[in-house]
Amino acid sequence: MAAPGRAETLAASLPGQAARPPRSPWQLALARLGKSRLAALGVIILLAMALSAIFAPAIAPYDANAQDLFSITAPPSPEHWLGTDDLGRDELSRLLHGGRVSLLVGVLSALIATGIGIVVGALAGYYGGWVDAVLMRLIDVMLAFPAIFLLLILFSMIGSSVSGVILFLALFSWMWLARIVRGEFLSLRQRDFIEAARAIGVPGGQIIRRHLLPNVVAAIVVSTTLNVAYAMLSEASLSFLGFGVPPGTPTWGNMLNAARPYYTTYPLLAIAPGLALTLAVLAINWVGDGLRDALDPRR
Amino acid sequence: MGRFILRRVLGAIPLLLGVAVLSFLFMQLAPGGPDAMFARNARMTAEQLEQIRHNMGLDQPAPVQLARWIGNLARGDLGVSYSQYRPVSEVIRDVFPNTVLLMAAGLSLALVLSLFFGILAARNPYGLFDNVTSFISYFGLAMPVFWFGLMLQLLFAVHLGWLPSAGMRDPDSGGILDLLAHLALPAFTIAIGSIAGWSRYVRSSTLDQLGQDYVRTARAKGVAGPAIIRRHVLRNALIPFVTVVAIDAPLYLTGAVLTETVFSWPGMGRLFFDSLTVRDYPVLMGCLMLGAVLIVAGNLLADVVYGLLDPRISF
Repeated sequence: MAAPGRAETLAASLPGQAARPPRSPWQLALARLGKSRLAALGVIILLAMALSAIFAPAIAPYDANAQDLFSITAPPSPEHWLGTDDLGRDELSRLLHGGRVSLLVGVLSALIATGIGIVVGALAGYYGGWVDAVLMRLIDVMLAFPAIFLLLILFSMIGSSVSGVILFLALFSWMWLARIVRGEFLSLRQRDFIEAARAIGVPGGQIIRRHLLPNVVAAIVVSTTLNVAYAMLSEASLSFLGFGVPPGTPTWGNMLNAARPYYTTYPLLAIAPGLALTLAVLAINWVGDGLRDALDPRR
Repeated sequence: MGRFILRRVLGAIPLLLGVAVLSFLFMQLAPGGPDAMFARNARMTAEQLEQIRHNMGLDQPAPVQLARWIGNLARGDLGVSYSQYRPVSEVIRDVFPNTVLLMAAGLSLALVLSLFFGILAARNPYGLFDNVTSFISYFGLAMPVFWFGLMLQLLFAVHLGWLPSAGMRDPDSGGILDLLAHLALPAFTIAIGSIAGWSRYVRSSTLDQLGQDYVRTARAKGVAGPAIIRRHVLRNALIPFVTVVAIDAPLYLTGAVLTETVFSWPGMGRLFFDSLTVRDYPVLMGCLMLGAVLIVAGNLLADVVYGLLDPRISF
């Protein structure tokens, strides 16, 4: 991360190029991100979705659970833009409120997974030896788990809640990031600047935070972004099977689950939440890919 | 090579042991554990429940239960199903072939289509075909598997009526054509993610190879374009691809759970889901372990095949 910044300032200080002001690596990355059309489109879609999720109570025409018993499974109309579901609830309002929970689950569980991944990866990579060996075997075992199976069993037994889904999805998606962080740390800790820091007595925790972590920021950002998409898809799968977020709560997965008995006659009930989910994941993946390219110092 | 394989197989054993121990711990920590199916039965008296717990060995201390379970696993004994009163291995053996059929059909579909799309896209990078497939594959990767299945079902079975919407066989026909017709939609559903992902992978690894010196040499010698791809490029591009396939393939079991639920396919996914609803604990644990074995075997296969295909790698 530091390398391109230094090279850029160096280039800027060369005669003939002095007109260009030095820019930080983050500014450079942001400029590169803006150039990718798909990433920009993804950011716009995500912003729109986040805003509509945050302000769902204000912009949704109805309460998510308000029933209109005179129009059950009604087709789209001026009163109900996307029609109503089998309990007479406004589909559009549920879609907006559902986005709230789906995005919340995705973002929170990705952040928790990132936290675990950084800690485990940093410990293994910095200390090496038996710490590394133990943590790496743990990762091997976790990666061998058919996660969906275990989550389904767990939720069928302990009952599910939004926080439970967030926590357990995070518990099964930190391993790749931990491996990346560990690998980078292992090679970085041989370098002179770490050796020097250790020689002047900087404590281990500070070396990790100040000198090693900034080098893996790119990997962390990209992995967190893509994990949001993974968590949203997993939540939808679990909820679709009936063992995710509790049925009353509107999420896109729960809406798909509820639509199943009716979707052949009222296809919109299944199409709308699925499209919303696909669009969200699509946008996240575009942003993730864009970030990967933008943060890659070799570009 | 033989010693390498042996070492890796031996290394897989502690891995599976770890999975077994961890899943046992998860189950112990979960309230309403293994005996939930019986405990929830309102007509069950406390004495009867105690008797069942005793018969199942559930009243013994956790370490004893763990040791017994691992010991039985090692001998291939997965216990007895709570709801079907038959050995779990027998229950699984009944439906596993159907899932293998679905997984194999999906895998073959994904392999053929991703190679086709990937190579075609690589022949003219950033051309019309490449851009269109790239855009579509973004959708393929973003769609929830089960939702794609629902949409296929809606379009081809409900609206167009071309293909059957659910099940594996029609009771009155049941020939091979009938089976294929039933297989088409679920196989495509389970494969969509890898068609999208793998075709991008084939494209980029083919492009990598096309930039190599030996390709220029072959061109200079006058080898025709298709022959370069077939005889030189593909052989090198496929080595990393094979390992990706071997690592991804076990995930088809997860896809099978969702796909089979959508299409009422009588396989592992259905068994798992049904067992989940009645809380048939031994069957659930059996499915979990089978899934883990498949994942570990896939990773093992990836390593071994990589070594076999690439003569530069020696063990």
